[in-house]
Amino acid sequence: MIDTLRLTAEEAKRLLEAREISGAELFAAYAERDDDLNAYLHRCDDPGGDGIPLAVKDVIGTKGIPTTAGSRILENYVPVYDATVIANAKQHGLRILGKTNTDEFAMGSSTENSAYGPTHNPWDLSRVPGGSGGGSAAAVSGGLAPWALGSDTGGSIKQPAALCGHVGLRPTYGTVSRFGVVAFASSLDQVGPVAKNVRDCAYLYSIISGRDANDSTTVEVPKVELPNADSLAGLRIGVPKEMNGAEGIEIGVTDAVNRAISLAESLGASVEECSLPRSVDYGVACYYLVAPAEASSNLARYDGVRYGLRVDGDDFREMVMRTRDAGFGDEPKRRIMIGTYALSSGYYDAYYATAQKVRTVIKREHDALFERFDVLVSPTSPTVAFPIGAKVHDPLAMYLNDLLTIPSCMAGLPGLSIPCGLSEGLPVGLQLIGPQFGENTLFRAAHALEQAIDFDPVPERLR
Amino acid sequence: MSWQPVIGLEIHVQLKTETKMFCRCRNGFGGGPNTQTCPVCLAFPGSLPVPNRRAIEETIKLGLALDCTIADRAVFHRKNYFYPDNPKAYQISQYDEPLCSNGKLAVPTAEGEQTIGITRAHLEEDAAKNVHVAASGRLHGATATLVDFNRAGTPLVEIVTEPDIHDAETAKRFLQLLRQTVVELGLSDAELEKGSMRFDVNVSVRPEGSDELRTRTELKNMNSFNFAAKGIEREIARQVRIYEEGGVVEQETLHFDPTQEDSPPMRSKEEAQDYRYFPEPDLVPVHPPEDVVERMREQIGELPGARIRRIADTLSFYDADVLVTGGLDLLWSAVVDAGADPKEAANVLANQFVATGIAPEDVDAAELAKLVAARAEIPRSAFDEALTHAGDPGFTAAPYLGQKVVADASELDPVIERIIEANPGQAEQYRGGKQGLLGFFVGQVMKETGGKADPRVVNERVRAKLG
Amino acid sequence: MTRITRDEVLHVARLARLELTDDEVAKFQEQLSDILEAVSKVSELDLADVPPTAHPLEIANAWAEDEPRPCLQLDDVFANAPDRDDDHFRTPPA
Repeated sequence: MIDTLRLTAEEAKRLLEAREISGAELFAAYAERDDDLNAYLHRCDDPGGDGIPLAVKDVIGTKGIPTTAGSRILENYVPVYDATVIANAKQHGLRILGKTNTDEFAMGSSTENSAYGPTHNPWDLSRVPGGSGGGSAAAVSGGLAPWALGSDTGGSIKQPAALCGHVGLRPTYGTVSRFGVVAFASSLDQVGPVAKNVRDCAYLYSIISGRDANDSTTVEVPKVELPNADSLAGLRIGVPKEMNGAEGIEIGVTDAVNRAISLAESLGASVEECSLPRSVDYGVACYYLVAPAEASSNLARYDGVRYGLRVDGDDFREMVMRTRDAGFGDEPKRRIMIGTYALSSGYYDAYYATAQKVRTVIKREHDALFERFDVLVSPTSPTVAFPIGAKVHDPLAMYLNDLLTIPSCMAGLPGLSIPCGLSEGLPVGLQLIGPQFGENTLFRAAHALEQAIDFDPVPERLR
Repeated sequence: MSWQPVIGLEIHVQLKTETKMFCRCRNGFGGGPNTQTCPVCLAFPGSLPVPNRRAIEETIKLGLALDCTIADRAVFHRKNYFYPDNPKAYQISQYDEPLCSNGKLAVPTAEGEQTIGITRAHLEEDAAKNVHVAASGRLHGATATLVDFNRAGTPLVEIVTEPDIHDAETAKRFLQLLRQTVVELGLSDAELEKGSMRFDVNVSVRPEGSDELRTRTELKNMNSFNFAAKGIEREIARQVRIYEEGGVVEQETLHFDPTQEDSPPMRSKEEAQDYRYFPEPDLVPVHPPEDVVERMREQIGELPGARIRRIADTLSFYDADVLVTGGLDLLWSAVVDAGADPKEAANVLANQFVATGIAPEDVDAAELAKLVAARAEIPRSAFDEALTHAGDPGFTAAPYLGQKVVADASELDPVIERIIEANPGQAEQYRGGKQGLLGFFVGQVMKETGGKADPRVVNERVRAKLG
Repeated sequence: MTRITRDEVLHVARLARLELTDDEVAKFQEQLSDILEAVSKVSELDLADVPPTAHPLEIANAWAEDEPRPCLQLDDVFANAPDRDDDHFRTPPA
């Protein structure tokens, strides 16, 4: 009766208010659907009430519900407090369906780095859903949740959204609290909404965003406006040539994105090519210094003393070393080591300090463009979903999945990915990047475009 | 060859704010282990620090009191290392952009003032408490470490001096003065036994007249100022001996046992740690607002060092020092304002008054002034008794001023003669050379007269009578 | 060519408290070298007058009043503790 593959949160809300369905029925529709995607690491019982059900990425702390961050080192960890975003969600009555799979500590672009097995793309089970938030993405596209919370550090919401064919927002840094969220890279992490359409995305963003006294890096947020226009008249779109012409972008992706850009023009937007001379070229290098450096410090607390895995040792040092070696997978180890190296004595200036300066360059280049443009567009991901196992042995190749999402993350800017077509039967994502606090502009532009594109978000194999 | 000691100090002071530095758990002693903790100070996944505004302001206040420059922009840094008492495996501290820098503290001494440079004063958080115990019933190893996180996150101000100190006594005086300053500003109880003030000492020596800086050793865990002075002196002597024997001083840390002042310290060569400092990304910079800095400055008042200097214009340095360091100078000033003679008042306060244990703030200065003024005229016993009540509410000196001291030799001589007669043995010994027995006779006379005799006259007359 | 040496791998592993097997050391040495080479690109830019960005948002003075909030109950403190000894966390000797 309830079509979980199509039902939006907004529609669910209407049905509940009209009493056409009950809260219990709604929850059950998702909870009872078989998870052949390995989207969920933990599924919850219906807590009662009639709030809209929500899936939550397993890096977000949920009181009384196991939170593993996709790692063995937190295998049996059950938080005793809720993340602020969860408290906000609960205040709005949202009910947690479960915790979704993630690359370990949110480090990855395919969810293959999860200690609990990969998640499968609902469009093609042999392919990745993207990462690190592949679980939330698969759940939303695969009919296992109407919407979800994810987290984005270098593209972990946007890229899975592109690969799975739904909408994901990476918010302006500082507009959503990180309190209670397992930290990866503190100056980059943001929690964001994963939804079937732009309006749902905006609505969920309005629920979770806002200044939090528990997170010193948050600020007040402009009031969220749910978009409803279908014209793009007056919108100035910039198309950075380094993004759209980057090496490694599949032809099918370029074609779908170009078609969407033409569509935008026909809706009244002005489109002009522009340039980000160094942001794309140096973005990945910059990110893979800053993020691992912060991560190496954020992951140091996993020492077997107060929570998580402990492997015994004759003394403290031995216990810590064995625990961390056993508990962390390869990707966290790599990033911890690169990060430690970049911060270490003798290397700090050449690596970390330099990367922080490159970050300024990236920010300035984006700021300059936003003097002339309202949004910048590009493909979200260079490729469509790739086969599970295809890139797992080549860390650098894996890092290049984030080529197009990373630069705006370094600048702390918001980015929205909407599906804009198919290539080889797989979804292609269009990335819209906005200025700081430009979420409403993004919602307005994306909504109109979404209506015009009219992409069917239900995976073909499930229709 | 003459050697000059070169000493620098690193002091940690726990602020007595209501809450911890980065979370709002209660700060301070009291609870059972781990009862003053939360996800933040336990470093649970996802927890984030939020700075304590009052701690920042008090650090600024301390910096101003030490004549420091208050930074326009101060930043917190992470200091990364693994230890059971360090739950995040990094300590949030400050590195190259501290709140306060470039200050000084003038230490008044009898020979003049010694100005000790303050390199910096910054704000950080304290670690948890480790207790190393023998584990019972464990197969592996005979010991374990138990951790109590109540102390984790306590606001800590770290003060670092320039190596401007050149003898143990000055180091001790500096520490005492710093401690008193911190206590008077209301920032901390600064109790060494409780650990709310801790210090490490860096010691090296160099040939007198040179300005080189030779290898220094670090002295840790001395928990009293006297202990510190002794430890420093011994280390200076040790280093001088080494150099004079043609040897080389190794860079070492000397861990003293706080319960055994005289035991030689354990020595360790600690590996240079790579703390990988980087700016704390979970915190934003501090730009101390001007009005806050001014408000802190206004709250400072006249500091102990300045008061010693000022009072030493009227009294001897020694008296000024005793009064100020004894917390008596405020009362002394009031007593002098009420008409007492400055030297007499200082004498009474520094000696008899201190012995009563009465809190200076409980005393009515005007009444005490009257007592001081009458000291020569009234019997000693009356004076002493009056003093013990000086802290009582509504105390007046009047009832004690009526008694007159007996200074008339013609009244005292008969008493003295009686006592000399009654103690022929002691009289003989005195005449034979035991001058100390004078005190015995004087004491007896004072007893006989119920304390009313003037001790100076008694002294004179007993001497005269004994011959 | 920015290659990382075996000793450097061991050094950072020690700093980060990761006990690696010999195979891991060899594997990571190669992977870390590749990554390091890629990220070293950042030094190609002329950054002479560029200040570092520590935070994307230019905010300052975020702090809280010195007012106590309730602490955790002991059950919650130790809910996930690997080794609890009465009211302490216990670890092998440090």
